[in-house]
Amino acid sequence: MDVYLDNAATTKLDERVLEKMKPYFTEKYGNASSIHHMGQESSVLLTKCKEEIAKRINGDPDNIIFTAGGTESNNMILKGVARANQGKGKHILVSSIEHASVLKPAEQLKKEGFDVELIPVNSGGFVELDQIKKMIRPETILISVMTVNNEIGTIQPVEQIARFARKNGIYFHTDAVQAIPYKDIDIKDWNVDFLSLSAHKFYGPKGVGLAYIDRKINIEPQVIGGGQEYGLRGGTYNLPSIVGMTEALKLIYQEKDEYINRVFELSQYLWKRIKEEIDEVAINGDPGNRTPNNLNVMFRRIEGEAILMDLSTKGICVSTGSACSAINLKASGVLQAIGLEDYHLNSNIRFSLGKFTTKEEIDYTVSCLVDTVKRLRSFTPIK
Amino acid sequence: MALNYSEKVMDHFLHPRNIGKMEKYDGFAEVGNPVCGDQLSFYIKVKGDKIEDVRFLSFGCASNIATASIMTEKVKGMSIEDAKKFDWNKIVEDLGGLPTQKVHCSILAVDGLKKAIEDYESRG
Repeated sequence: MDVYLDNAATTKLDERVLEKMKPYFTEKYGNASSIHHMGQESSVLLTKCKEEIAKRINGDPDNIIFTAGGTESNNMILKGVARANQGKGKHILVSSIEHASVLKPAEQLKKEGFDVELIPVNSGGFVELDQIKKMIRPETILISVMTVNNEIGTIQPVEQIARFARKNGIYFHTDAVQAIPYKDIDIKDWNVDFLSLSAHKFYGPKGVGLAYIDRKINIEPQVIGGGQEYGLRGGTYNLPSIVGMTEALKLIYQEKDEYINRVFELSQYLWKRIKEEIDEVAINGDPGNRTPNNLNVMFRRIEGEAILMDLSTKGICVSTGSACSAINLKASGVLQAIGLEDYHLNSNIRFSLGKFTTKEEIDYTVSCLVDTVKRLRSFTPIK
Repeated sequence: MALNYSEKVMDHFLHPRNIGKMEKYDGFAEVGNPVCGDQLSFYIKVKGDKIEDVRFLSFGCASNIATASIMTEKVKGMSIEDAKKFDWNKIVEDLGGLPTQKVHCSILAVDGLKKAIEDYESRG
């Protein structure tokens, strides 16, 4: 049986989204920057997509810049905002549990002379506003805190932080890639200046995302060329994917209640059965205030990559923050940031459920897990 | 990250040879990799100048388990002197290669074996 429990990494494209995208590959393929009728049809459609997305996230359609995904959006915003506003100050705050596509640009800015500080999180996996209050300075220009953490699913108090940042004249960015549809994104109500999204995290196509950019704020473009996106991001508009992203966002929010209930019930059921059938397990991150698709579990005394590979041979796809699974052989920074002991850092598995997950798949997964854990524990040297 | 383990690595990972505790042994060592956190324990039983039996325990990834497993197959019956000279490259070759970032697993396994021999020799 094949079981896909890695939906936080990527999701399967919704067939209905694929159908919507098809005509824009072979029939309506005009370049949205061309002024002939085919180009203009594409241009009108592009505007419509922006309007539709803007309605869903309660933002301004003119502030939506399509990109190649979350990583590009995060790079664009972090570097673009920092470089264009350094006259105001060079201090930047970034949470310590951000995705690498925020942390790496932040490191790069540090090398350029910016003063970048990481905001610690508490043991539940949350950034606290009080902590930020202690860290800001008159020269702080930007704060970046993700909406939902990708490894442990914890939901960050971005509305609170954004409001505080706005009051203090500091720009605020949130990487909301993991938040859909668990949070109703509301740009205006949250007081967010910048936000990143990626379509393939919600059953849309890979290679497309958006950067929401308050265009009243200066930003230095990172990809320049033909002047697309108000000169903020060059490159031919990727219309099939933009149409796909728009449709995927529409569908996921339309079907949100049923979807959330389903993954909530299934993940609760998964955890209940793991607890019943396997000893020495624990949830990483706050068990309550997290997205219901995410279950990050510690299996004590055995190693995460071995668990993953063993499950993989049985058809089950999960993910791990273990050092052995990383190219740089470093254990998950998120699990370190929430204070896991060194000897627990490499014993964790992330299960991320999705809309195609079934109860049968969960039952199969648990029965395999029982065998996998039993086998690996039978020869662990750790007591 | 893509991990393209060879069939042989997967075979040793899923069916490790010489795994488990040894109750009566002549040499023992526990080694850990400070970089990735993996741990291995080795037990050896010596008869004359030969390694009569060898066993291991692992807290580690598939490659950690597989490299230790294949090494135990190789050194079982080997003379102590030859075992001391055992080259980790042989493990990598025998397993049909290892992903670059996993080569250190084989070094850890050999290190563990050599420390178990040291332990044996120190007992006189």
